[in-house]
Amino acid sequence: MTESVTERPFVHFDGVQKSYDGETLVVKNLNLEIAPGEFVTMLGPSGSGKTTCLMMLAGFEAATHGEIYLKGQPINNVPPHKRNIGMVFQNYALFPHMTVAENLAFPLQVRRMRRRDVKDKVARALGMVQMDDFGNRKPAQLSGGQQQRVALARALVFEPELVLMDEPLGALDKQLREHMQYEIKHIHEQLGVTVVYVTHDQSEALTMSDRIAVFDDGVIQQLAPPADLYERPDNAFVAQFIGENNRLPGKVTAIENGVARVALDQGPDVLALAVNCGEVGNRTVLSIRPERVQVNNVTGSNRLDGHVRELIYLGDHIRCRMQVCGRDDFIVKVPNSPEHAMLREGETCTVGWETDDCRALDLAPGAM
Amino acid sequence: MTDATATHGPDGLLLASDGTPLKTKLRQSMKASRRRAFGLVLPLLLFVLASFVIPIIMLLWTGVSNDTYASNMPRSAPLLRAWDGASQPTEEMAEAMVLDLIDARKAKTIGKVASRVNREQSGTRSLYTKSARRAAKMEAPFIDALVKADKDWADPETWRATKIAATSLTPAYYAAALDYKYTADGEFVEQSEERQIHVKLFWKTIWVSGAVMLFCLLLGYPVAYLLSHLPAKKANLLMILVLLPFWTSLLVRTTAWIAMLQSQGVLNDIFVWIGITGDEQRFSLIYNLTGTLIAMTHILLPFMILPIYSVMRAIPPSHVRAAKSLGATNWTAFWRVYFPATIPGIGAGGLLVFILSIGYYITPALVGGQDGQLISNFIAYHMQKSLNWSLAAALGGILLAIVLVLYWLYDRIVGIDNMKLG
Ligand SMILES: Nc1ncnc2c1ncn2[C@@H]1O[C@H](COP(=O)(O)OP(=O)(O)OP(=O)(O)O)[C@@H](O)[C@H]1O
Ligand SMILES: [Mg+2]
Repeated sequence: MTESVTERPFVHFDGVQKSYDGETLVVKNLNLEIAPGEFVTMLGPSGSGKTTCLMMLAGFEAATHGEIYLKGQPINNVPPHKRNIGMVFQNYALFPHMTVAENLAFPLQVRRMRRRDVKDKVARALGMVQMDDFGNRKPAQLSGGQQQRVALARALVFEPELVLMDEPLGALDKQLREHMQYEIKHIHEQLGVTVVYVTHDQSEALTMSDRIAVFDDGVIQQLAPPADLYERPDNAFVAQFIGENNRLPGKVTAIENGVARVALDQGPDVLALAVNCGEVGNRTVLSIRPERVQVNNVTGSNRLDGHVRELIYLGDHIRCRMQVCGRDDFIVKVPNSPEHAMLREGETCTVGWETDDCRALDLAPGAM
Repeated sequence: MTDATATHGPDGLLLASDGTPLKTKLRQSMKASRRRAFGLVLPLLLFVLASFVIPIIMLLWTGVSNDTYASNMPRSAPLLRAWDGASQPTEEMAEAMVLDLIDARKAKTIGKVASRVNREQSGTRSLYTKSARRAAKMEAPFIDALVKADKDWADPETWRATKIAATSLTPAYYAAALDYKYTADGEFVEQSEERQIHVKLFWKTIWVSGAVMLFCLLLGYPVAYLLSHLPAKKANLLMILVLLPFWTSLLVRTTAWIAMLQSQGVLNDIFVWIGITGDEQRFSLIYNLTGTLIAMTHILLPFMILPIYSVMRAIPPSHVRAAKSLGATNWTAFWRVYFPATIPGIGAGGLLVFILSIGYYITPALVGGQDGQLISNFIAYHMQKSLNWSLAAALGGILLAIVLVLYWLYDRIVGIDNMKLG
């Protein structure tokens, strides 16, 4: 999509559609190219079709239309066990009647590997996830985090070139989840495998991924590296879904050199980057990140009046809810440092922003 | 971590805030809830005790004790028991015998006594009834009087058989149930070849039960698999079909079997029509062992399907998927991942079907004909026809022992906590 993959794509979804019931499309025209060694995350709200995409790639669901290529080969008719794709399931799917070591040996045994090699590889995989001493335990005797590591090791032990992970950290508590995020990231860097990762936790996606595909309603809304996704969202859904976002509705009155002049519904004209606002006369939504809003000492070209409604002290910054242009939900994050303005509730101040920090986006359905 | 308010008593025990040891306190607080729990199960406990435990104990007791002789022939019984069985019967024994015979005839219990002794030695029934008729006119010396009435009284074997009958507590019935004879000398001798029926019947019962269990497994496992992989709505509909045998009355079911299986029945007609067999050589599918096997498999199938189904339902589909993603073929994924997870269900279903069929009685009686009879039919025969309750109890006791041994074996091999009944 936006990013062109220069090398031959490792995984390629080509116009893939999926319907379970023949009435609604769960995945609508999916085009996605993933480079070798890349860490791509599918991020989206519940029911947006992420798992379905992963299942099609793993071979457990058939694409209704379109073709999936793996290393240039179409794989629609390749059964799952011949795809050589490692997979980590949300509930880990460890085999309860086998010990940890037997679980890890399973993929090697079905590949008819020699017994000694199996032992070596299992030991190495256990070492990789720091579970050396747990080989003889049954999965039921492990904590959630430990089971997660074993599942990860099992998906990697047969050295697949592609690993799929469906919300692998969903069941862990916050601290462990963050720890595991780094571990998975390190293993990815160490082994150089291609990873397709599914999550609906945006901070997880931002931390780990090379690129993120934001899903909504069976469509990829934007595919971009984390920084781009946050700072340069293509549309109102992405802006809204990733991070916090102030939205001001208006109407495009002029476009010049990629800069749109927008007449706000209840305010003056302002300037914004014309990202996805269509032609002059269209309605649009301006998107400004709370931390990019300047208070009182405004250097940007856009200035508005704000009434402070609520202040929340958060230590490193202060979160301020203001009324701007008739809207009550305008959020500003003010760093907690002496050079920044001190605000008081009920006060009136000037807010503003650089034109580059304000993006004129489409009027997403249901976004207002 | 200790509570800030908890203190230690002189002997190091943790004390509650009012000074009593914490353990005592805990026990006190548990007592009420334990009493309530006991109260809740009490009715069931009494019911089980009255309708199950006590009858079983009484049955087991009947198997080793029979006081028909001792209670009806009170004078001779202790003397016979004291007799060594080898020396000549004494005049004292003879006198007691004659007096007992007179009383028994008056009390009309002589028939029972005669049958009891007859079981130890055939032919003694008429000896007893005849002697009892003449006993009133007998005079001392009674030995000679008895021999005069019937010369069998001169035979020590007669007295020995009586001695066995006079002993209330006896292993004779268990011996008989295992095709042995318990002699007056306290020895066990094997029954003659043509009278050895029980052990053979036990083995037959065991292998028939095993076969029924196997058929149920082979037929039930795929059905359970199908059911557990269907959407709930369709699965429920099919489940009704599985449970149908439970809901049909025994009579209807038996009639249906006869209609299906008899030599002019539906199944045979179809076989003839397809050409599997000629019109002259129709299969006999009912009133023999085949009938017993077919009917028992049919009726016990749900007991196999239900536990397996409930175990299969609980297996997450991601396990098989994981196996396949790891490179296992469909068969390997089934055999190494899915099948082991269903073993608790197979164990429960198998044990259930086996134990139920080992005691099955009505179905073999209805469709089993001659060679389709199992040990339970024999027990029923002794309960209802021959009225040899002690032998019936001994056979039942052995059956119970077999089931317990199997249960123990199952526990050793599979583990009873591995069993899942639903
Ligand atoms: N086996 C199925 N049969 C019918 N519909 C399905 C099936 N699996 C998923 N769906 C539907 O497809 C849509 C997408 O499901 P999917 O599981 O891909 O969502 P997801 O993005 O993974 O959501 P989540 O974050 O909740 O896991 C949902 O509307 C769901 O109801
Ligand atoms: Mg999902």
